[in-house]
Amino acid sequence: MSVSWAVHRTRLGPILGALGRSRELTLTGVMVVLAVLVTVRAPNFLAPDNLNQVTVLAAIIAIAAVGEALVVITREVDLSVESTMGLIAFVVGAVLREHSTSVPEAWAMGLGLALVLGMVNGAIITIFRVPSIVVTLGTLNVYRGLVFFVANGTQISLSDLPAGYTNPATQTIFGVPLFVIVAVLTTTLAAVALHSTRFGRQLYAVGSDREAATVMGIHSRWVIFVAFSLCGLLAGVAGVLWGVEFGTIYATSASGVVLQVVAAVVVGGVAISGGSGTVVGAAIGALFLGLINNALLLLNLPQELLQVIYGAVILIAVATDAFVRLRARGTRQAVVP
Amino acid sequence: MTKERAVAAPESAPVSPAVARPWAHPSVLARWEFFLVLILGLFVWMGTRVSPYFLTPSNFANLTSAMMEVAIMALPATLIIIAGEIDLSVESTLGLASAILGFLWAAGVPLEVDIPLVLAVGGLAGLLNGLLVARAGLPSLVVTLGTLALYRGLAQVVLGTRAISDFPSGFTAFGFGTVPGSPIPWTLIVFAMLGAVFWFVAHATWIGRQVFAVGKNKDAARYAAVDVAALKTALFVVSGVLAALAGIILTARFSSARGDNGSGLVLTVVTIVLLGGVDINGGKGTIPGVILAVFTLATLQSALNLAGVSGDYQTVAVGLLLIVSITAPYIARQARTVIGRVLRARHPPPDPVAHGEVVG
Amino acid sequence: MGDAPGAGSSVRSRVDTPGVAPDGPADSPSRSRLEVRNVSKRFDATAALTDVSLELRAGEIHALVGENGAGKSTLVKILAGVHVPDSGTILLDGVEVQIPDPVTARLLGIAVVHQEPRLFPDLSVAENVFLAHPPTRRLGAISWAEMRQMAAALFEELGVHLDVGATVRGLSMADQQLIEIAKALSVDARVLILDEPTSALSAHEVERLFAIVRRARDRGVAVLFVSHRLEEVFELCDRATVFRDGRHIITASVGDLTTADLVRHMVGRAVTLFPKAEAPIGEVLLEVRHLSRPGAFQDVSFKVHAGEIVGMAGLVGAGRTEIARVLFGIDQASGGEMLLDGRPLHLSSPSAALRAGIAYVPEDRHRDGLILDFSITDNVTLPILPRLFPHLLVHPATERTLARGFVDRLRVRATSVDQLVQALSGGNQQKVVIAKWLATHPKVLILDEPTRGVDIGAKVEVHRIVSELAASGLGIVLISSDLPEVLAMSDRILVLHEGRITAEIPRAEASEERVMFAATGHDGGASAEAGGPSEASHAGGTA
Repeated sequence: MSVSWAVHRTRLGPILGALGRSRELTLTGVMVVLAVLVTVRAPNFLAPDNLNQVTVLAAIIAIAAVGEALVVITREVDLSVESTMGLIAFVVGAVLREHSTSVPEAWAMGLGLALVLGMVNGAIITIFRVPSIVVTLGTLNVYRGLVFFVANGTQISLSDLPAGYTNPATQTIFGVPLFVIVAVLTTTLAAVALHSTRFGRQLYAVGSDREAATVMGIHSRWVIFVAFSLCGLLAGVAGVLWGVEFGTIYATSASGVVLQVVAAVVVGGVAISGGSGTVVGAAIGALFLGLINNALLLLNLPQELLQVIYGAVILIAVATDAFVRLRARGTRQAVVP
Repeated sequence: MTKERAVAAPESAPVSPAVARPWAHPSVLARWEFFLVLILGLFVWMGTRVSPYFLTPSNFANLTSAMMEVAIMALPATLIIIAGEIDLSVESTLGLASAILGFLWAAGVPLEVDIPLVLAVGGLAGLLNGLLVARAGLPSLVVTLGTLALYRGLAQVVLGTRAISDFPSGFTAFGFGTVPGSPIPWTLIVFAMLGAVFWFVAHATWIGRQVFAVGKNKDAARYAAVDVAALKTALFVVSGVLAALAGIILTARFSSARGDNGSGLVLTVVTIVLLGGVDINGGKGTIPGVILAVFTLATLQSALNLAGVSGDYQTVAVGLLLIVSITAPYIARQARTVIGRVLRARHPPPDPVAHGEVVG
Repeated sequence: MGDAPGAGSSVRSRVDTPGVAPDGPADSPSRSRLEVRNVSKRFDATAALTDVSLELRAGEIHALVGENGAGKSTLVKILAGVHVPDSGTILLDGVEVQIPDPVTARLLGIAVVHQEPRLFPDLSVAENVFLAHPPTRRLGAISWAEMRQMAAALFEELGVHLDVGATVRGLSMADQQLIEIAKALSVDARVLILDEPTSALSAHEVERLFAIVRRARDRGVAVLFVSHRLEEVFELCDRATVFRDGRHIITASVGDLTTADLVRHMVGRAVTLFPKAEAPIGEVLLEVRHLSRPGAFQDVSFKVHAGEIVGMAGLVGAGRTEIARVLFGIDQASGGEMLLDGRPLHLSSPSAALRAGIAYVPEDRHRDGLILDFSITDNVTLPILPRLFPHLLVHPATERTLARGFVDRLRVRATSVDQLVQALSGGNQQKVVIAKWLATHPKVLILDEPTRGVDIGAKVEVHRIVSELAASGLGIVLISSDLPEVLAMSDRILVLHEGRITAEIPRAEASEERVMFAATGHDGGASAEAGGPSEASHAGGTA
C-alpha cells in the first residue's frame, strides 16, 4: 500500500515501468554501460583473457540458471542445483580416475545421474504434493552428502584426469569460448522450446494459474515433474563444465552457487511468483552477475562488496517486478467505467 | 446445549475430535510430538549403543551447546513460518552481528556497549526485511534471499577477512562454559528462557493467536482487524535481534569474530522448524515441537559424531530427516484412507452418525 | 464418472420435444441442439436447481433470465463441466452426454463465456485465446504470427482494438471479458453460452457482440444468453426462459412477452420471512456524502439512523460491496466524506473502523469472514482480543464464556464453542461471523449477503437476529441480492446501478418490480405502479 502511495507521488513511475517491461533489454543496457565504465578505468577488461574468464564462468552459471528458470516459471524453486552440480562434477572425475571409461561415457553417466536427481526432486514434490522449497532444501543436503560419500575424503586433481581434460575450458571457436557457445546453444534451445512448443506454454500456464491450467486440461503435476527433471539435467551439464573448467574438484565444490543461480534468475526477470520471465533473461542475469564480479576485481574494489551488490541487485529486481505489477493493476482499476 | 432450540434444517452436527485450543492443534501435534519423542528416544538409544560416553554430562554439554545458536534462531523462525513467511537471512544477520562485535571490540569499545549495539543492528536488519515483506508486499523468499547476500556482504565489508579473537575470557566462557557444578551450558539457559517466552507468547497470548490467524487465512485476519503488516514486521525484527544474539553467542563459543561466521546455518534452522511439525504453508505448528526437534537433531548429530561419522555425512541424515518429516504426514494420510477403505468394505460402520462428516 | 445417473432410466431417444421435427436437415432452425432434462443440483443445504428442463434449438438465441440466485449460473456451470448435476440428463444433438469436466465440455463443442474472466495474467491476449488449441507449423511449433493474425481477426470482428501481443495483466475488466468472448468464438462451437457477457462492455462493444452472436446463430449455433438486462433480451433473443428459486418458471417466444411479464415471472419468490419488527428510528448514526472510488462507485450519499435497516439492492457488480469495503477501511475513497455521530471518519484500516464502531460481515464467508480451522470461540474473539486481554495473556475461560453468550443468543447449533467452524453448516457459520462482530459492540453493522447459501431455517434466524439488533439501536446496512429479503427487512432501500444510487425507496412504496427496474438501469420507479419521485422526501436523499 505504501508503495502505491509512493508511486503516485513521484516521477519514477514511468521510468521504472519501462524498465520492467523488458528485463532482457534493460539488463543488456546496464551491462553495456557497466562495461564501458570498467573499460575506461581498467582497459584490460577488454583483453581476450579477461573476457574469456568472465564469460566462461558466467556460462556455467547461466546453464544452471536456465534450468532453474524452468522451475521458477512453474512457481516452484529448486535449491538443490548446487549439490547436483558438485556431485556430477565429482562423479565424472571419480569415474575417470577409477575406471577406464572414455570421457564421453563419463559425461553421459554424469548427465544421466543428474537427470535422475532432478526426477527424484520432481517425484517427491508432485507425488506427495509437498512444497518444493522444503524438498529441495532436503535434497540440497542429501545430494551434498552423496558427494562426500563418493569422495570419501579424497579430491579429484588434474593428475587423476586424462591429459588435456581441461583444455575445452580455454578453447575458442572464432574467438568465442567453447563454453559460451554451449551456454548460448542451451539457452536458445530452451528458449525456443518455451516459446514455440505447447509444453513450453504449459509451463507458463501452470505457473500463472495452476487451477485454471488444470481446468484447461493441462496435467500440472506432470509439467512440474518435467521442469524439475530438466533442471536437474541442466545442473548436471553445469557440473560437467565445472569439472572441466577447474580440473581440481573437492567434495565441497560449487557450494553456495545456488545463491548465484537464483539471483541470476530473479535479476533476469523471472518472477518468483511464477508464470513470467524468459530463460534468455536468466542467462543474461548470470552474465550480469559475472560482470559485476569481474568489475570489482579489475577496479581493485574490495571483493567483499560482491555479496552486498548481489543482495542489492536481487532486492531491486524483485521490487521492480512488484512495482510493475502494481502499476498494471492500477491501470486496470482506472479503466473500468 | 442449544439443540432443543435449534431450527429444523437437516444439519449434520459432526463431533469433531475434542479440541480444546484448535489454533494450536494439540490433538494433531501431540501425535507429531509423540513421534518426535520416539525418534529422540531412538537416537538416544543409538547413542548409548555406539559409545559409553554418550550419556555422560560432558557429552550432554557438548551436544547442546553446539546447537544453541541455531536453536535460538529457530524460535522466531517458527513464528514467521506459522505466519506464512520465511526468513532466510538469519545466518547472515548472525555473521553481521559477529563481524560488528569484533570490529567494535578491536576498536576498543567495551563489550557492555558492543552487545546492545549489535542487537540493535540485528533489529534493523530484521526491520528492513519486515518493511519489504509486510509493507511493500514483496515475497519473503526473495527478499530474504537478497538480504542473505546483502548482510553477509556487509559483514565481510566490516571485518574483511580478519578474525578478531582476543575476547576476554569471561565472555568466551559464556559461549562454551557450563554452570559451575553442572553439565548445563550457559547458553542452554538462555535458550530455555527464550523458549519459555516463545512458548508462552505463541500459545497463551493473543499475539500468538493472531500469528496463527494470519497464517491460516490472511484475508480473514485482516477483516478481523488484525494489523497483519505490523505483526509481520515485528516478527522479522525479533528474528533479526535473536539472530544477532546467536551471533554474539557463536562469537563467544568460537572466541572468534569473523564475517563468515554462521554460513549455511539457515538450512539447519529451517530443518529444525519443519522437523518440529511446523507447516511450511503457514498456520500450523508449535513451539514445544520445535524445541523437541532441536534436541532430536542435537542427539542425532552427537550419536553420529561418536560413531565416527563425519559432519559431512551428517548432512545427509539431516536432509533425509527433513524429507521424511514432510512426506510422513502424507503417507500416513494415504495409509489411513486405504486401511479405512478396506475396513469399511469388510465391516460397514455400525454407527451411522460416526461418518457424518469427515473434515479434512 | 462417479456421478450416478439418477434419471438414467429416462429413455435415450432421438425423438425430442413434441412438435419439433426430429430428423430435420442439419442445423435446421428448429432442431433441438441441447436438451437439459429434469436436472437438479444441491449445495449442502441449499437447492440450487430443482428439476429444471431447458431446450436449446440449433440456430436460436435463447435468453435465460432470473434474479441473482435463481440458478442460472449453476446451470451454466453444469453445462460447462464445472459442476456435475445430482440428477437429470443432458442431451447434445439427441445423444445423452456426461460433462464431468471443462475439457469434455470443450471437446463436445460447448463454448462458455463465464461471468468472471479467468485468464492467465502473464500470457498475451492472443495466447489466452488460443492456449488450448494453438495454430502450429511443422514439427508442432506454435505459429505465433498465425496466432496473432487469427486473434486480431477475431477482435476485428468484435470491433475491438486490442494489442493482441500485450499481456493480459493490467487490462480492464471489459477487455478481459472481450478476450473470454473471443476465446469462446475461436472454436467452432455447437453451443455458445454467454453468462452476463455485457456487464462490463460499452454500448458499442455490445452492438458488435450482438452482431457476432447473430451471425453464430445464423450458422446454426445454439446460443444461451444469460442476462439481467431485459432490453437486451428483447433486442437479441428469440426465446426466453425464466428461472426463479432454482426452478423453471416459463419458456416463451420473446415476441409473446413484455418487460412487465418477465419481471413478474422473475420476482414473487415464495419465501417465509421474518419481517423487521417496528423499532423507533433514532438519530443519524452514519452519514456518507458524495463518496467516490474510481472504477467502483461515484457520488454515493446516504444516511443510516439508529434502529434503522437500510437495504442496498442492485445487481452483482453494481458497487455495493465496494461501498462496504470503504466503510470498513479496507479500501480508501478518492472523494467525499463519511461521518459517524456527526464526526468525520478517517478509516485507514479495519482496525480503525472497529475502533470507530463499524462492523462488516463480508460477502465471502469462507475467504474473508472466518478462519475455518479455528474454533467458534477463537473466531468470535479474534477482533477483540487486544481489548479483552490488555495484558496479553488469554484466559480461555473468559473467552469461552463470552463466545458461549453469543452462541446461545444467536442460537448457533454446535456441540460446543470449541468446535471448529468448518464443521458447522453454512447458516451456523454465518451466525458465528455475526457473533464475532456483535462482540465488538458496533454502532453500525454492515451485512453483505448475510443469507447467501444458508438454508431457509437459518435464514429466518438471521433475519430475526438482524431485526433484534436494529431494535436495540444499531444502524444496519443490509446488502442483499435477495429481493424479498431486502423488501421485508429494510426501512429504506437504496438501489444501485453501475456504481450510482439510482433510487431510494421507502419501505411503504417498495415493490420487487420497482427495485428490479431501478437495478437494471431503468428509471427508479418510473414504470412500476404509482410511486413518483417522492422518495427524496426521506432523510438523506441522493443530493
